[in-house]
Amino acid sequence: MAQLTYREAVAEGIAQEMRRDNNVVFLGEDIAAAGGVFKATVGLFEEFGEKRVIDTPISENAILGAAMGAAMTGLKPIAEIMFSDFLAVCWDMVVNEIAKARYMTNGQVKVPLVIRTANGGGSRFGAQHSQSVENWAMAVPGIKVVAPSNPSDVKGLLAAAIRDPDPVLFFEHKSLYAMKGEVPNGEHVLELGKASVLRQGDDATIVALAAMVPRAVKAAEILATKGIEVTVVDVRSLVPLDTQTILAETVKTGRLFTVEENPRLCGWGSEISSIVTEECFYDLDAPVIRITTPHVPLPSSDNLEDATIPTVERIVETILKNMG
Amino acid sequence: MSENMGNKVSLELYRTQLLARYFEQRASDLFLENLVKGTNHLALGQEAVAAGFGVAMNKSDYTYCTYRGHTHTLVRGAPVAPMLGELMGRECGILGGKGGSMHLTSVEHGAMGSYAIIGAQLCIALGSAWSAQYLGTDQVTTVFFGDGTTNIGTFHEALNMAAVWKLPVVFVCENNLYMEYTPIGKVTAVEHPGADRASAYGLDSIIVDGNDADAVYHAAQDAYARARAGDGPSLIECKTYRHQGHSRADPGKYRPKEEVEAWFARDPISMYRLRMMENGFTDEDLTEMETEIQNTIDEATEVAKLSPVPSLDIIDKDVWADGGSAWRN
Repeated sequence: MAQLTYREAVAEGIAQEMRRDNNVVFLGEDIAAAGGVFKATVGLFEEFGEKRVIDTPISENAILGAAMGAAMTGLKPIAEIMFSDFLAVCWDMVVNEIAKARYMTNGQVKVPLVIRTANGGGSRFGAQHSQSVENWAMAVPGIKVVAPSNPSDVKGLLAAAIRDPDPVLFFEHKSLYAMKGEVPNGEHVLELGKASVLRQGDDATIVALAAMVPRAVKAAEILATKGIEVTVVDVRSLVPLDTQTILAETVKTGRLFTVEENPRLCGWGSEISSIVTEECFYDLDAPVIRITTPHVPLPSSDNLEDATIPTVERIVETILKNMG
Repeated sequence: MSENMGNKVSLELYRTQLLARYFEQRASDLFLENLVKGTNHLALGQEAVAAGFGVAMNKSDYTYCTYRGHTHTLVRGAPVAPMLGELMGRECGILGGKGGSMHLTSVEHGAMGSYAIIGAQLCIALGSAWSAQYLGTDQVTTVFFGDGTTNIGTFHEALNMAAVWKLPVVFVCENNLYMEYTPIGKVTAVEHPGADRASAYGLDSIIVDGNDADAVYHAAQDAYARARAGDGPSLIECKTYRHQGHSRADPGKYRPKEEVEAWFARDPISMYRLRMMENGFTDEDLTEMETEIQNTIDEATEVAKLSPVPSLDIIDKDVWADGGSAWRN
């Protein structure tokens, strides 16, 4: 095991796959010589050179278009969209082109690529650089959606995404980049579509994603001191979605709380709530409760942003209030 | 008739234009018979562009086109019956009935797709040019688009990146003078929507008579030589004209009568036929070719008409590489 930060695990995951496969190429804005604006790709340019690690102009459509065309003709591109908010600039490429090409052409066109992007709030960047947009991606058939919560998952899931024959949108959480954690030495590859159960309790189940995972774990620790034992499930991948684990862990406790950064309407928690309600209603002791960001654009100031995104305290209070 | 190289190319250009013309006429007829559903964006009148480039390129090259892409796909060698079958939504369709008129694709022929969101394909075309450059093949990518596309951001993103990366890609602007229903001049800051933008990306300003298959063919040859030599992209504006409206919903009444008549008098296929007669081909030679191609279209039409509608089983196939559509376990 090695101690790596979340951002170092990004570079490690990419490097592992670039060493293994010469057709893996990487492009994006400021990703090469500068090592990325979040310093998540430091060292790649030096190791793999300008032919494989390429700085692009500020042209998000051209970045994703080039990645798509290259994927269609034999390469395995990794494209970075610097902030996930900027996916709105090139959403046509994601939704109409990359996600649909295989289906529309009856399987003729293949698009094995990864779009990496920095997602989520907590950095005081304001409403256009802080959104959590994984729920947008989840609503589109044809693209896989992954969002790791710790350095080990970053490396293992990124490697899996690069090896996957389908397009994957890989949401890194910008407030987690400094997080340290144990990462296995040597080749590390996980499986997409497997949730991970981080903690088990008898009283309630929390399902969380990305930066909400460490907060859910912390909340569970506090609840344990109050005599409430909580299971914490890290979803890790919204598409494919590990409904088996989510349903099984919900049935065991009879209570489900989802914790997400998405704004209130149509966040991924609503889909999970809907699945659980349809498929294990009679195993529930209480309604499924969604803990979300309110339906507002994210404000910038410390105290405003902190009061907007779900906090450990809010998770604890919400669960206490609803345990009855 | 002599069998020299020039004649071979002429014959191929004429044959290819006829195939495109007869295919589009049949697509139009089948639409009127209610056998083609949805919409159709026909390239009647614009066949010389697809033919000129199609004949000049190598089989292994890549092409991308727009929703007005029947002819560009056909000229790559995509088989006629599956092409008509796709327009008719039949099982034999080249996309199994899943794509329709606006998405015709034949990867095995290098026809990498027809794209229905204006400008997207210019960016995607960068990718196959990039992979050819990266892998060291001599493949060139050609991407077709209309005059209206020159006003969307993706056009400029793609031109810039292609120039910076010196990609082997040829951008072909088919200027048919109308952005859907609006004259292109009314909504564009420059007179020549493609050529006048070329200098912004360090490229030569090239305008070609898009109704003259020979002129298109020679311009294509120059651009392909440049691309294969590693000298980067080209932008070629081909001036041409639709014989019909933008799509089936559009009778095209906004176009002045005199303008329409002048362009019909410059029909690419009639002009090419005359040129071939001047160059020693006989009426008999050409009529024989015309009959043969018409027969090909007729036979393919019958095959497509006899094909059943697609099985409902394919609805949940091919979202993913594993052949399925599962999003959960």
